[in-house]
Amino acid sequence: MSDQTLKTTVLHEAHVAAGARMTPFGGYDMPVQYPMGILKEHLWAREHAGLFDVSHMGPAFLDITAPGGDGEERHRAVAALIEPLVCGDIAGLKPGQVRYTLLLNEEGGILDDLMIGRPYDPEFQGRLYIVVNAGGKEADFELIAQAAGRKARLTRADDGGLIALQGPEAVDVLRRVLPGVETMGFMSYRRRPFERVSVRVARSGYTGEDGFEILVPERGATSLWNKLLADRRVQPIGLGARDSLRLEAGLPLYGHDLDPTVSPIEANLAFAVSKKRLKAGAIRGAERIARELADGPTRIRVGLKVLEGAPAREGAPILGARGKQVGVVTSGGFAPGLGAPIAMGFVPPDQSKPGKKLSVEVRGRKQAAHVTALPFVPHRYHRNPER
Amino acid sequence: MRFSKDHEWVNLDGDTATIGITAYAADQLGDVVFVDLPTAGKSVKAGEGLAVVESVKAASDVYSPVAGEVTEVNAALSDEPQTVNDAPEAGGWFVKLKVADPKALDALMDRPAYEAYLKTL
Repeated sequence: MSDQTLKTTVLHEAHVAAGARMTPFGGYDMPVQYPMGILKEHLWAREHAGLFDVSHMGPAFLDITAPGGDGEERHRAVAALIEPLVCGDIAGLKPGQVRYTLLLNEEGGILDDLMIGRPYDPEFQGRLYIVVNAGGKEADFELIAQAAGRKARLTRADDGGLIALQGPEAVDVLRRVLPGVETMGFMSYRRRPFERVSVRVARSGYTGEDGFEILVPERGATSLWNKLLADRRVQPIGLGARDSLRLEAGLPLYGHDLDPTVSPIEANLAFAVSKKRLKAGAIRGAERIARELADGPTRIRVGLKVLEGAPAREGAPILGARGKQVGVVTSGGFAPGLGAPIAMGFVPPDQSKPGKKLSVEVRGRKQAAHVTALPFVPHRYHRNPER
Repeated sequence: MRFSKDHEWVNLDGDTATIGITAYAADQLGDVVFVDLPTAGKSVKAGEGLAVVESVKAASDVYSPVAGEVTEVNAALSDEPQTVNDAPEAGGWFVKLKVADPKALDALMDRPAYEAYLKTL
């Protein structure tokens, strides 16, 4: 593994100074764990506030080039450029709202999962805030820029910091550094001043906990990271615990649970499909998606609780009642919050009811498992309406 | 105690070897959540897979540093896998092996040699 080909985030020095164990991920040298260790980091984020460097991801802005129009018109114009690529209702975003959506290919297969936000401030209407995954960001940005043509300009923002603060104490920590964030509701999106820069805050995350994801320009990134870390309720959390947290929260990981052959319905992400746009046939792969919604898909993503033995990891066969393979695990591991192994995988719909007894095969051994409703650990998002 | 380059330790008593993973290996793995042990009576060759240790993040193979037959496994690890982290070179042992050839241990490192080896990593 040659270091010169690995990129680093603006927080790299802070991780090394904190004694992090670094590992290549998505083309970046990233902290997999800090001295505290994955298990304790995981539990810390569930009980207090965990700080994550996710600057390897792909934040960007898409700005409409034509001047004029009121805020609503400008928003609809920029939404119309990206909607052909995704399955969500982007035109329907309210000012200051962010939404989870999926980038699809012509067959309705998932190319990536992403967040799209609409700015709150009137002067920024006609802009979308987009965050895609690290692994596919070059291809995603090219696709979006092509779809926009000359009508909009895509500006990458992955030269700065993207910081997540997650956990029940996140809001009280963050309000001391970015006053006002406590009034934000789940999936809302605001601009806030920090020192001499402007940061973008979304009340969202990838742990199932209440929390925030903050885009900060390079010159403010280290200062924001250190200010948050100075709070005794905050510990840095590596990619190891990020993965176990999202697994417990039942959230899919692109490249593992999602890939270009998987449709939103198969992925159990029907909530991300705009029913209005589907009805109009305005979504890529609309025919397949509509058919799967009506008749059921051939496979569907489920949660599995492994009742004995070793964790069943990606690739482990899922066996039906008679021992025949019915599916495959797409991510799995040990759930620190449950003290037991859990997994996600794909099975036919007739095997997908919660409580359904199946087994998983690990190193040639059959281990009892049953289908569990997702999430494994209840989400604790801050759904209160905004004041 | 003798050590392998794969970070297993072996402690010989007569022709019975107790085998585990070193403190360095346990630290590298992180929190151990499950240990997949062989059954007593299994014969292993030197360098063959002996056990699988699972951390939150990944599964890692543990290789037998010497050939022999498994006579006993550390059953306590099924309830307390974290003993591998807490006491890797004592209570966290994996298996006892009836060694085919005790002289085979001479090919392994002693502690100063193993510690020197760790410095090269």
